[in-house]
Amino acid sequence: MRGRLAAAALVAPLLLFLLAVFVLPIGAFLLRAVGEPDVPPVLPRTLAALDGWDGKAAPGEAAFAALVEDLRAARERDRANGEGEVARAAARLNNDWPGFRSLLPMTARRVAPPFEGGAREKLLDLAEEWGTPTPWAAIRRAAGPVSDFHLLAVLDLKRDSTGSIGAAPPEQAIFRGILWRTLWIGALATLACLAIGYPLAWLIATAPPRAVPWLLAGVLLPFWTSLIVRTAAWTVLLQREGVVNAALQALQLTAGPLPLLFNRGAVLLGMVHILLPFMVLPIYASLRALDWRLPRAALSLGASPWRTFLRISLPLSLPGVGAGCLLVFIQALGFYVTPALLGGANDQMIPYFVAFYATRTVNWGMAAALSLLLLAAVAVVVGIYGRLVGFSRMRTA
Amino acid sequence: MRPARILLWAFGLLALLFLVAPVLAVLPLSFSAGSFLSYPLPGLSLRWYADFWTSSFWLPALWNSLRIGTGAALLAGTLGTLAAFGLWRARFPGRMLVLAVAMAPMVVPAIVVAVALLLAFGPLGLSNSFTGLVLAHATLGAPFVVVTVLAALEQFDPVQLRAAAACGASPVRAFRRICLPQILPGVAAGALFAFATSLDEVTVTLFLAGPAQRTLPRQMFSGLNDQLSLTIMAAAMVMVLLSVLLLLAVTLLRRRGEASSR
Repeated sequence: MRGRLAAAALVAPLLLFLLAVFVLPIGAFLLRAVGEPDVPPVLPRTLAALDGWDGKAAPGEAAFAALVEDLRAARERDRANGEGEVARAAARLNNDWPGFRSLLPMTARRVAPPFEGGAREKLLDLAEEWGTPTPWAAIRRAAGPVSDFHLLAVLDLKRDSTGSIGAAPPEQAIFRGILWRTLWIGALATLACLAIGYPLAWLIATAPPRAVPWLLAGVLLPFWTSLIVRTAAWTVLLQREGVVNAALQALQLTAGPLPLLFNRGAVLLGMVHILLPFMVLPIYASLRALDWRLPRAALSLGASPWRTFLRISLPLSLPGVGAGCLLVFIQALGFYVTPALLGGANDQMIPYFVAFYATRTVNWGMAAALSLLLLAAVAVVVGIYGRLVGFSRMRTA
Repeated sequence: MRPARILLWAFGLLALLFLVAPVLAVLPLSFSAGSFLSYPLPGLSLRWYADFWTSSFWLPALWNSLRIGTGAALLAGTLGTLAAFGLWRARFPGRMLVLAVAMAPMVVPAIVVAVALLLAFGPLGLSNSFTGLVLAHATLGAPFVVVTVLAALEQFDPVQLRAAAACGASPVRAFRRICLPQILPGVAAGALFAFATSLDEVTVTLFLAGPAQRTLPRQMFSGLNDQLSLTIMAAAMVMVLLSVLLLLAVTLLRRRGEASSR
């Protein structure tokens, strides 16, 4: 019992450190995928008035009056403390319905001074969109405190004004394509690594002992070379005026420079180059641990070399293959730097869009929802691996 | 040799060429006297290294990389070694969960860590700070320390600790005088892994580093995005030399670890 306590006390510093700097920050970030912090403080009365609205046509006079009151109050607050509550709410609503970024601040400005007549007339006079259910539905979707808006959005789904889930409008429905692209690029990179890595691992495992350190050095040296250096090497090689194009033209194989950079091929080339050691090393480890008397016995019993490989050696090396594929595929899904530097606009994967939403548009909701999508993909892959191979048999070099 | 065997050697050597050649092919460009990114070189010179060595863009980044790497390696090395020793000592409840948390930074994509830390460190005043980067890089390096030290402890015979206790040594003294010297190669290798992880890290640095904490890989990223100059190749050469040094150090430590366990 005392031993256990002491052991737990030794583990505690790292655990607390990882909780503070890793688990909690990531948890808080991911919660942003469902949080709705922007609109409720700005439009509390409007949201109350929209409670029970059927969503079929524009809401009644009460909602218009509440919106005018909310916008006046929010504008006053923004003026008093110099914040941008209205702008923040407009940015959130704009993600839902493009047009809000100008509509909401404009409406807030125009309804601030007192006016004659009803709120409904005034708003319809400012912008006829207020007479349709669309902007009101967007406001209600942002009511919070939590919503599935961002989670549905990254699956190309959206709730309509009556609250039922349907397909998102085509100009917003880009995320399934990005998910498939991410999985597809990851799968291609994994297959290429397997096709190149297995024979290479086999060669190293069966080479004469004198040659093994040199062959292994050929795998370990690039493995230890920084990712950015290797990506830089490909950039320089594949430039318009780069090494490969210059060589091709000097050999008179091509008339002009080929567009080698900023395409899918360059991304895959860089990714396979960077990830290949992660495939070779686990396969090599499982081949080295293989009892080579078994394939020899099969051969002596009359099995052909090919049959021996398929029935004996390959199944015995499968744990290494599984571990290699898992390592490569998971890392491939998270690649950001290499596609950003070697790829074009159509070769960017989920991580690029996480960065895009976090830095360019400061849309934490979408960044968090896309991160959840990415983590879910990773978790599914890890789960499938656990089912098929199991973690107890996992071994790496 | 059978034809299949010759084919295997040819394929394997081609694969190794694919692994090694791209970096080896571009590094000599850093010695070019001209400014083109292709061969033949117009002449040899060290002008790009002189540029690197006198530049306020590159040189501070190199020192930053080394400082941040050292800080992260010390932090991850200390916490990771203690945790690995605890995990090895006893099977306490929740041990698998602790192991999963300790390994998680290896699996979670760097971009998720980067954005999450940007969001969390901002209000704490840790974004754009040296401390923030060291903390972030230490989380990324910690799993490597835990794995390496656990592997070193596999070779350690726990009976020695009981013998030390029987001779009257306190647990802390027994760990420091008996266990630590024997697993030291593993601890050092783990810390070097953590150092290498920090040295290689781009994504988190891209999001967290302010102008005063730019690291070498981060400057290479912006150099590649912006205007390619051969100084980038000089910087790449510096990074490759650092990697080779680290690989040699880890290989030596591994040899010593195997020798001491025999």
